[in-house]
Amino acid sequence: MPNLEHPAYPAATLLHLESLVPCRESQVSMLLSIFGERQQFSFPSIFIYGHTSSGKTYVMQTLLNTLQLPHVFVNCVEYFTSRLLLEEILMQLQSCCSEREQTSHVHCDTFNDFVRLFKQAVVSRELEDQTLYIVLDRAEQLREMEANILPAFLRLQELTDRNVTVVLLSEIVWELFRPSIGCFEPFTLYFPDYSIGHLQKILSQNHPPEYSADFYAAYINILLGVFYMVCRDLKELQHLAALNFSKYCEPVVRGEANERDTRKLWKNIEPHLKKAMHTVYLREISSRAGENEKNVYNSDLKFGCSEKVLGLSAHTHVELPYYSKFLLIAAYLASYNPVRTDKRFFLKHHGKIRKTNFMKKHEKTSNHLLGPKPFPLDRLLAILYSIVDNRVAPTANIFSQITSLVTLQLLSMVGHNDQLDGPRYKCTVSLDFIRAIAR
Amino acid sequence: MASDQIRNKGVNVTDHDLTFRSLSEVLQNNITPYIALLEAKDCPGIKNLMQKLMGQLMNCYIDVDSSEDEDYVQVSHNRIRCSMTSLINWYEHVTKKPDSETPSKKRTSSSRHWQSPPVVVVFKDMESFSTKVLQDFIVISSQHIHELPLVLIFGIATSPMIIHSLLPHFVSSLLCIELFQSLSCKDHLSTIIDKLLLRASFPFKLGEKVLQVLINIFLYHDFSVQNFIKGFQLCIVEHFCSQPVSVLCCQLVDAKKRADSLSHDQCENIRKLPSFRRYVESQVSEKQIALLTVDTYLKEITQKLLEDLHVYHENYLSVLRCLHVFTSFLPKYPLGKQIRELYCACLENQVWETEEYESSLQLARMLNKSDLVTMLQQCVEIFVSSSGKEFDNTVEKLKEFLTQFQKLEEEAFQEQDVSVSSQKELQKKTDLYHLQKTLLELKESRRSKKLTKFEMLRFEVVDYIDSLVRNYLVPANHKTLHEIMYFNTASVLREHLNAAPRIALHTALNNPYRYLKAFSTVVMGAEGPNADAASSDQVDDIIHARFIRAVSELELLGFIKPSKQKTDHVARLTWGGC
Repeated sequence: MPNLEHPAYPAATLLHLESLVPCRESQVSMLLSIFGERQQFSFPSIFIYGHTSSGKTYVMQTLLNTLQLPHVFVNCVEYFTSRLLLEEILMQLQSCCSEREQTSHVHCDTFNDFVRLFKQAVVSRELEDQTLYIVLDRAEQLREMEANILPAFLRLQELTDRNVTVVLLSEIVWELFRPSIGCFEPFTLYFPDYSIGHLQKILSQNHPPEYSADFYAAYINILLGVFYMVCRDLKELQHLAALNFSKYCEPVVRGEANERDTRKLWKNIEPHLKKAMHTVYLREISSRAGENEKNVYNSDLKFGCSEKVLGLSAHTHVELPYYSKFLLIAAYLASYNPVRTDKRFFLKHHGKIRKTNFMKKHEKTSNHLLGPKPFPLDRLLAILYSIVDNRVAPTANIFSQITSLVTLQLLSMVGHNDQLDGPRYKCTVSLDFIRAIAR
Repeated sequence: MASDQIRNKGVNVTDHDLTFRSLSEVLQNNITPYIALLEAKDCPGIKNLMQKLMGQLMNCYIDVDSSEDEDYVQVSHNRIRCSMTSLINWYEHVTKKPDSETPSKKRTSSSRHWQSPPVVVVFKDMESFSTKVLQDFIVISSQHIHELPLVLIFGIATSPMIIHSLLPHFVSSLLCIELFQSLSCKDHLSTIIDKLLLRASFPFKLGEKVLQVLINIFLYHDFSVQNFIKGFQLCIVEHFCSQPVSVLCCQLVDAKKRADSLSHDQCENIRKLPSFRRYVESQVSEKQIALLTVDTYLKEITQKLLEDLHVYHENYLSVLRCLHVFTSFLPKYPLGKQIRELYCACLENQVWETEEYESSLQLARMLNKSDLVTMLQQCVEIFVSSSGKEFDNTVEKLKEFLTQFQKLEEEAFQEQDVSVSSQKELQKKTDLYHLQKTLLELKESRRSKKLTKFEMLRFEVVDYIDSLVRNYLVPANHKTLHEIMYFNTASVLREHLNAAPRIALHTALNNPYRYLKAFSTVVMGAEGPNADAASSDQVDDIIHARFIRAVSELELLGFIKPSKQKTDHVARLTWGGC
């Protein structure tokens, strides 16, 4: 029974649309009712927001393509200046409804020019009788451009006096967009996250043809049961499903179990999934193996002999030369120990340090929580000389090693480059790293 | 999904440039002509990145197929819209070309490439890029992956986990990551030492102290192979400049010719060498006089000694490799895991007198059969591949050992019966007294047990290797005329390589005249060939004036102040930095 009904569009198209956008029927029907019929003016600007992978871009594109509404789709990250953005909209408009490939370069600097050229383009493409949709994806980038871009887009219908609707897609709520000088409030539409039932339905849709839908649905059920607690992102779950499916099918392929033997299949896949939990959001191994059908057998081998395929997290060890290790350790000590304790730790004959009132008050916060503090170069060298056992000659090599540590982002330079007097550094690595090195 | 590969390099930042250049050459020849190399300092923002990228790609295109196309010749950066669409248009234009045009002269190079070759973008120093730039670039290029096949190569110096700290999840999910790890720098060092020093074809060799200095700088300071090479070049220069007899340090044939044509002074130089004096003292008195006075006789002897030295080197290296094979099977590597450590140990003194050698022989006497057999086979290969007939006997002997080991296998079954029978005896029912007696007898028999054949053979092998070592691994300073080939003044090397900037500055400021000379050399070097005309002894007046003005400017800025010691001396005022 079709959920989407609209008098303006043929029922067959709507049925097809519904099959393409499962679990988003209510949002699509809301959009359809706002759009109305082709020639009717719609709301000047619509703001759609929702979490990552909640289907905003996909639904918009599918809707506009299936119903064949004239539209322009632009990603604001790609066209990072206003000039690029406006020119791209105009160029897409030129090729929107015509079959001609050749698009001449349009020169458009300001929004004023844009409005004028837009009106000309609409007339030349004979789009006056239909609503034109301009969809701006990743609209949060609009805030970084000139201040007039966002308010102008929201009022584009009024400025151009044409039948146009601007749709903004973003992950951020509207309150953070609202410019301080005020603007035309768009219609906000929220795409809620998929629930577990929705995820099950969507993921079960793309099952590989050689296995039955039930088999795959059972697999998705298991997968969701394990991963839903930590990950609700549809894209990530799709990736995980593709990656682990071959392992799940192993018993069936080897002939040890048939498709209904849930217990055996679960036993086989459970340790593997447990291991995969550790690296959920980290793309350790390329998923090319999962997507390409021919490589399914090869990926079997890869997962079988797990010591061969090492993900990224297996390579954490950084090899440093001898003095560099000491430099890094000295930098860590300099960053995290307050200056007054230096005398105590590093000299042979130290006096006692008397606690003053000031120190008693501020003792609570641990230095580890506050982060590294900057230290001058001389202090680093002093600590270095005291922790290295044998004598270290102050050669240029030591100094150049400090610079290469900065290049590797293990140390960071604080303050201006102009400060010839004494460069100050800060240590940017964690205690675990230092412990691993100090071994 | 964009395609992406990560190369994990080491922390030797100075060597990376060369590696990436050679990588891009290889890629250009075999896979694709469209390669762009990006550095972090050129790309503070996404716009600069796109500009640089397009500039490099379009120039690449011109290199491959020059002069044909007028549209894309040397467009200035401002005129192109630096966006992805223009890049895609350019790519389409470029990959469509070979179909329609007539074959050009340079067709052969492009025919090796695929129909739509991928565009390779290399990020040379991944850690220094700002995350925003990388994220934006990856998001943009992943949108257009179908029209523009892009492969990104990230050069990572620390560890691949940095990908996770640089790129947020939604970006790294767009990438298909494969990891490539280049050889560690220590491996590179071993390869270099192997190819340069452990070859008989190169007569120049480093003494032990010098080699230690270079290796220490490598291991302790910077892991940089280029610096090691520069140090080595410095040694060569020093050797040939300071040692007059190094004229004979060349291939054997040339050395003999040169020895023939030595002048009297050069013969005197040879006579002064300490190793030659030792040689002379060991000769009969008539020969001594002849050596010290007659030049022609000296030349003959020199040629003979050079030949000996050459043969000694060849043998030395083969036996050294054999010993390395031998010790690499031992647990805990008493003589060092890598051949360079073994080489250092053998260079300085007689290795058979060291403790480590003793312990390694003891351990070798406990090796198992399969290890011994493998080791012997490898030694046979080494000796067979060495030139000269010196080692034919050795090869024979080693092969004999191998056949004996094989024979032992067949006889192995007989050994087992003895132990089985003793087991059976114990299992019979006995009372306490008899049990005690049998156990004591067994213990006696075990103590005075005859060594099995395998153990005897093992002893023989170890002793034979020992004899080879004693014969051939004589340290070089025992050989006559070694000063020709070996460079051993480590102090000079250390002075040059371990620059101490504070000391240099201190001496300079105490004696401004030296600083002035240095200043003038630098300035004249920078000015190029015009400066050649001026004589290098007298400091040019203009340069002198520039120097004095520079000093007074520094004084004005507060970096130095005149000290009260002498009119010209200045003292450094600031103590920060270096």
